[in-house]
Amino acid sequence: MNINKNTIEYVAKLAKIQLDLQSLEDLTLQLDKILHYMEKLNQLNTDNTPITCHVLELKNVFREDSSLPSLPNNAVLSNAPEKEKGHFKVPKVI
Amino acid sequence: MMTYETVIGLEVHVQLNTQTKAFCSCKAEFGQPANTQTCPVCLGLPGTLPVLNKQYLSYAACVALALDCKVASLIKFDRKNYFYPDLPKNYQISQYDKPLAANGFILIKTPEIPQKKIRILRVHMEEDAGKLIHTANSSLVDYNRAGVPLLEIVSEPDLNSAEEAYEYLKQIKSILEYLEVSDCDMEKGSLRCDANISLRPKGQTKLGTKTELKNMNSFKGVRNALNHEIIRQEKLLKEGKTIAQETRLWDESKQKTSTMRTKEEAHDYRYFPEPDLVPFIIDEQTINSIKAALPELPYAKMPRLIRQYGLSEYDAGVISSDKHLALYFETAAKNYPNPKAICNWLTGDILNYLNSNNIELEELTKILAPENLISMLQLIDNNTISGKIAKEILSEMLATGENANEIVKKKNLSQISDSALLEKIIAEVINEQTKVVEEVKSGKDKALMFLVGQVMKKTKGKANPQIVNSFIKEKLKIN
Amino acid sequence: MEITAFTASQLLELLSNKKISPKELLSAYLKHIENINRKTNIFIHIDPEELIKTSKNIDTEKTLLKGLPIAIKDNICVKNQLTTCGSHILKGFKPPYNATVIDKLQQQGAIIMGKVNMDEFAFGSSCESSYYGPTRNPWNTECAPGGSSGGSAAAVAAGIAPWSLGSDTGGSIRQPASLCGVAGLKPTYGRISRYGLIAFASSLDQIGPLTRDVRDSALLMNIISGYDSKDSTSANMPVPNYLNCLNQDIKGIKIAIPREYFISGTDEDVKAGVLKAIDVLKKLGAQLEEISLPHTEYAVAAYYIIAPSEASSNLARFDGVQYGLRETARTSDAENPLIEMYSKTRANGFGIEAKRRIILGTYALSSGYYDAYYLKALKVRTKIAEDFKTAFKKFDCILTPTSPTGAFKLGEKLNDPLAMYLSDIFTISANLAGIPALSVPCGFTKENLPVGLQLMARPFEEETLLKIAYAYEQSTEWHKKMPEL
Repeated sequence: MNINKNTIEYVAKLAKIQLDLQSLEDLTLQLDKILHYMEKLNQLNTDNTPITCHVLELKNVFREDSSLPSLPNNAVLSNAPEKEKGHFKVPKVI
Repeated sequence: MMTYETVIGLEVHVQLNTQTKAFCSCKAEFGQPANTQTCPVCLGLPGTLPVLNKQYLSYAACVALALDCKVASLIKFDRKNYFYPDLPKNYQISQYDKPLAANGFILIKTPEIPQKKIRILRVHMEEDAGKLIHTANSSLVDYNRAGVPLLEIVSEPDLNSAEEAYEYLKQIKSILEYLEVSDCDMEKGSLRCDANISLRPKGQTKLGTKTELKNMNSFKGVRNALNHEIIRQEKLLKEGKTIAQETRLWDESKQKTSTMRTKEEAHDYRYFPEPDLVPFIIDEQTINSIKAALPELPYAKMPRLIRQYGLSEYDAGVISSDKHLALYFETAAKNYPNPKAICNWLTGDILNYLNSNNIELEELTKILAPENLISMLQLIDNNTISGKIAKEILSEMLATGENANEIVKKKNLSQISDSALLEKIIAEVINEQTKVVEEVKSGKDKALMFLVGQVMKKTKGKANPQIVNSFIKEKLKIN
Repeated sequence: MEITAFTASQLLELLSNKKISPKELLSAYLKHIENINRKTNIFIHIDPEELIKTSKNIDTEKTLLKGLPIAIKDNICVKNQLTTCGSHILKGFKPPYNATVIDKLQQQGAIIMGKVNMDEFAFGSSCESSYYGPTRNPWNTECAPGGSSGGSAAAVAAGIAPWSLGSDTGGSIRQPASLCGVAGLKPTYGRISRYGLIAFASSLDQIGPLTRDVRDSALLMNIISGYDSKDSTSANMPVPNYLNCLNQDIKGIKIAIPREYFISGTDEDVKAGVLKAIDVLKKLGAQLEEISLPHTEYAVAAYYIIAPSEASSNLARFDGVQYGLRETARTSDAENPLIEMYSKTRANGFGIEAKRRIILGTYALSSGYYDAYYLKALKVRTKIAEDFKTAFKKFDCILTPTSPTGAFKLGEKLNDPLAMYLSDIFTISANLAGIPALSVPCGFTKENLPVGLQLMARPFEEETLLKIAYAYEQSTEWHKKMPEL
């Protein structure tokens, strides 16, 4: 599979990372090389192989529906770059 | 002239009323000060991990079974990835390829259609997002709602009118209320509804281009938005224009939909299995015990009310549509031999009073205990009061909470049962109305009614009209 | 002997016998740090004054660690202390909560010294991708300490911390342990709570100890292991006393040597070190046998799809909204100021390797590629795990080199990401299979750089690793060597 600049541009947009032209070109070349290496996986027949999402066979891990104290508002906002009236403040959502 | 068929599918989001959020121990309460119902987990702070609320899964399974869905034996969660400031992790824990449940249905009826099956495509679990407040130059984020447990119920496109959609929503709400798993308040946002709607020439099987309607804040809003959209699409199609596939927002104040401005950005949610949560197994036994514990739901209750109490289909429909009303009716009917009379008072004067005073049905027992209603009915039965006086007494009971006997005593409203007194008043009327008496004797029913009316007037309504009627007849020797 | 050359267990004895107070011990370390950190850039967040205050309030009677200090990798949350994952994007971030391992350590009277350097978000094998600059290998400051827990390994090697915590997603504890000549253990997935470990790849990450010797690893495991109700993926299984297994006989224990781990490209000195270790183990009565783990060569490819995919989602939260760096639009009339904030914050906040992995992972999950990459990798993961299951039916342990080479020069692999990825070739499989793996020093290269031996065992059989490694260590002197700085 060949990866081109358009694809990287699209993916960077999805990932919300602004790329300058140089990084875009570098990344395209590097990812092309890496993805080429990944093709090695196609040598393996995995038609009847199940996927592994979790290595442990854990199941049904729950917690009970009882509440614990929340964080106080000042702790919630203690790292906020911008805040207003107990809220996080962000540039206007369009 | 080409006629069109409307095709509607609804996506309903329901907040489940668990005590705590879906994946952390914060309270899932509504209406608290901003960012006070949040913890590192629901804020999505780096390093935190979700742990599933047991009650959430059991409520969700309950709803799925009440909607006649098949519940999956293995339940897993997926991440839905997109950037939005109300989403603390910039992904939402949701379910993608293996929803909690699928292939259910509910039955609806409208004035036009006696009964129709609306299929449920899927029911899945996902966490709610926070809330944004928009100011002039910025947006403010409150994460209190982030992580509140949601259930998304997706219907098949089986609805063919705004009215059907409205009935579908009412039915869903009624079921959820019977299950006691949600407040179902569209204005508070605990129930939300998006609609997909398209038109196609009658007889055509291929679906037309659909639009997605959002931002409806009430059941009526959904109905109005759909009706508006039907007219809009029909007009375009009749003009030979095409429908743009888009999302449209309902504007309640302008009563119209308009295109939601969106940048041409592809929705590529990059779903993948949530690695921080393990799978959940619901075995057959658990399913069966949840099923067994389900309350009787409206669609089962209605035919039973007809069968058991001899109610009309209409009355049974009204009574069963609301859990509280149904419970009230059945409690009263247990201790009173004439269920039809209870039903008439309930669906008539009582519902009118509650509606016009904006009182929830759930409050009814508090204002008017079923046994109070019964004692009023018994006063009618033993001729202590007339039906007319009963109406008066009932509104007094509803307004003050007093019982019927007290009101009757206090206001001296009991019927005149002293026949000597009654005979005296009747004699007076006969003496005064000699002309009318002649008419009565010549067989005019209307004239008789007039005389009864005069007696009632003199007794301030406290006489029993039937008794007055027979006394007059006796006195004038007519049959 | 300098106090800083002691093992944690030895120091604990001094603290227990009141030969030294927590404050005295801490002061000795702080002095040493001042000296060494300039040359090595190991600690990136440390507050000496606050530490001294803490050291005065340690309960030395009722706690197990009695004021023993520990260095923490910068991706483990410590309440109200800088936790930045070696990244600019977490500038100034002080989490309002503790990781579970930190709670456990503090309850046992450990002093959290501060944060040590790492590859940004644990993306790397050299500790060079940190926003705070590279850490240098105490054995040769021209060389990388390995990564991503380079700071954790270097701190122990240089003696500026008695022990440390690292995290391991594809070898991030074992590879730097090997390159710095210390012991490093990646426990079974689920053995230690991940709560408070800033996630790289959730299905692979584990916290683990880096220590001067195997006994210290066992001791630290006793404290940090166990079920945590805050981590759905932590195993609800009893924790053994890991110190109890140390003096057990390893006679007759069955050790497999997979031939795929002795391929060309592995440094001759590394091979020689490992072969010598094999001889030692044979003399101790272990039965060694060559086997095949046929899917080994696919591990790197599968890993570099799975790990970046999970990372791309885990790192989406770094967006400038709630914490850390925020870059805003230069002009107020930006078309979409919010999107601009996101994209600029992430462009300036993430280093190049982080961007590379986020983009790689986003690509692998995006529609049209998901099946070919992500799903395929999850299936290959099954095959790799099956290799191990089969081997462990017959063998108690698998022995390999930890890294194909000793420490490499700083900058050497910086512009060739694939070469950097391939340096994880021997460590990645254990993460994919979720099994425990440990690295202990087993020799030196001609350049006097440490070589590490890797042991892997069945899930939750850390005791097997500790037992073999301890027996080996008792017969060798490698773990006693310290760099001259």
